[in-house]
Amino acid sequence: MPRSFSRDDVRAIARLARLELSEAELELFARQLTGILEYADQVRDVDTAGVAGVSAAGTGAPMRDDEVQPSIPRDDILRQAPGTAGSGFFKVPRVLS
Amino acid sequence: MPASVRAIRDAVAARSVSAVEVCRAALDRIGAVDGALHAFLRVDAEAALGRAAEIDADADLRRKPLAGVPVALKDNLCTRGLATTAASRVLEGYDPPYDATVVGRLREAGAVIVGKTNCDEFAMGSSTENSAYGLTRNPWALDRTPGGSSGGSAAAVAARAVPLALGSDTGGSIRQPAALCGVVGFNPSYGRVSRYGLIAFASSLDQIGPIAASVGDAATCMNVIAGPDPRDSTCAPAAPEDFSAALTGEVKGVRIGVPRALVAQGSDPEVISAFDAAVATLAELGARIVDVALPHSAHAIAVYYLLTTAEASSNLARYDGVRYGHRAETATLAEMYERTRGAGFGLEVKRRVILGTYVLSAGYYDAYYVKAQQVRSLIRRDYEMAFEQVDAIALPTSPTPAFPLGERTSDPIRMYLADVFTVGANLAGLPAVSVPCGFSGALPLGLQLVGPAMHDAMVLGIADAYERVTPWSSRAPAIPPR
Repeated sequence: MPRSFSRDDVRAIARLARLELSEAELELFARQLTGILEYADQVRDVDTAGVAGVSAAGTGAPMRDDEVQPSIPRDDILRQAPGTAGSGFFKVPRVLS
Repeated sequence: MPASVRAIRDAVAARSVSAVEVCRAALDRIGAVDGALHAFLRVDAEAALGRAAEIDADADLRRKPLAGVPVALKDNLCTRGLATTAASRVLEGYDPPYDATVVGRLREAGAVIVGKTNCDEFAMGSSTENSAYGLTRNPWALDRTPGGSSGGSAAAVAARAVPLALGSDTGGSIRQPAALCGVVGFNPSYGRVSRYGLIAFASSLDQIGPIAASVGDAATCMNVIAGPDPRDSTCAPAAPEDFSAALTGEVKGVRIGVPRALVAQGSDPEVISAFDAAVATLAELGARIVDVALPHSAHAIAVYYLLTTAEASSNLARYDGVRYGHRAETATLAEMYERTRGAGFGLEVKRRVILGTYVLSAGYYDAYYVKAQQVRSLIRRDYEMAFEQVDAIALPTSPTPAFPLGERTSDPIRMYLADVFTVGANLAGLPAVSVPCGFSGALPLGLQLVGPAMHDAMVLGIADAYERVTPWSSRAPAIPPR
């Protein structure tokens, strides 16, 4: 567990998140992540032996009948896309170079 | 011109004023104050006046519970035909192909949607300074924040530009700005209001709720927006209570818990004295005041930031330039993702995506994410134990009054601590209201009341009883021209 983050540590995390950061942001976040995790580390000292974690506040997802319903028209969805191709496709840059 | 939600609705129903006149008055008021405040990101005068005219022309619509009531919506609620950005560049110009469930319910109830309000980007913040489209100012002091993240909604109601607005609350984002702007804000129980069409931040905590000038108006709104929704599987299937009927003004014998040790932590002396006076008022009304302890709430902010950033890093993965919003033009797909997100997200959003990605990454998942979920259980258990002795818990809404613009933007942890009294209700899924309880100089303060899950009406009932015997909710700011 790094007690303090370097720019390269932040760069590696940013790559996982597919997020481009500037050199200034790498520098800033390295410093701030160190501070935020120093603060958050307090949870590691809480005695949680035998405690189940909760993932949501509610009482669980109720079930309903799966009935066929009209959905949002395809063209309404595609109209928001920055790039489309033909009828019914999102267009993106090449995946492999 | 009638001012409250109820008075507007009744006047429109009785035809003593037209919905168009009410709408024009709201648009005029927005025009007069919003240059100074910047509470709104978008005002759609044409659509609002058109809808108001429809209501005036239709006897059935005029009898609806929100007939002719102008409403402002936080910009993370999807509105068909009205751009929705969550105050982010990455969604600039996004025109949702559907209405959020709450928006549809407001429209059906005769409300007139006048515009979209400013907020922290993706609701991440406590001051509305993280908006990509400029900050919002507090109507009580233009050099201070309105709080956040629903700061635009709270400022718009405080400035009497609209009588009702919706916000969203993940860690205090309805209640804290309501307190800092001197209005009422309500975070419903988790599952009480559908989130379909709410742009997700942290799905295990996000809720939608009303901001209004009085508890009665907030309850009227809850009667419209609450209830089951087949489009949101986390929405409770049980029919909601009648929130308005619960406002009896009666709190005799109601047991109210006060977690003294928590309140003392980091609160301004003036916040504590206004809070003590509010608790004394409730005691005079016949409530029984009981000491309670919420020992694990000391860790609530740490738990909150570990869990919400983890959820946000996952929820925000969808902003990749493929299906909607901003796209950076690049040679390859991987570059498109990285540059789209790098250019589209602001600093606070990037900070949280990085923290959340780290918290969920191999090797740290158990130490941080799983551990935080366990402490969340303990926080929730503290509330459950307290509710064996008391009906509701009282806390200040915010440890300080509205803080100066710029004061905390470079210190994330200090900004995060603004939510120290509000995050507990979200982590435990509980209903919580903030009602004005006094002033620190010219700056309003809020009293928060938290209840057991699905006892939303009771919480509103206590706040209403308090509001009836105190002058605070009826005060409005004088906004200097700018």
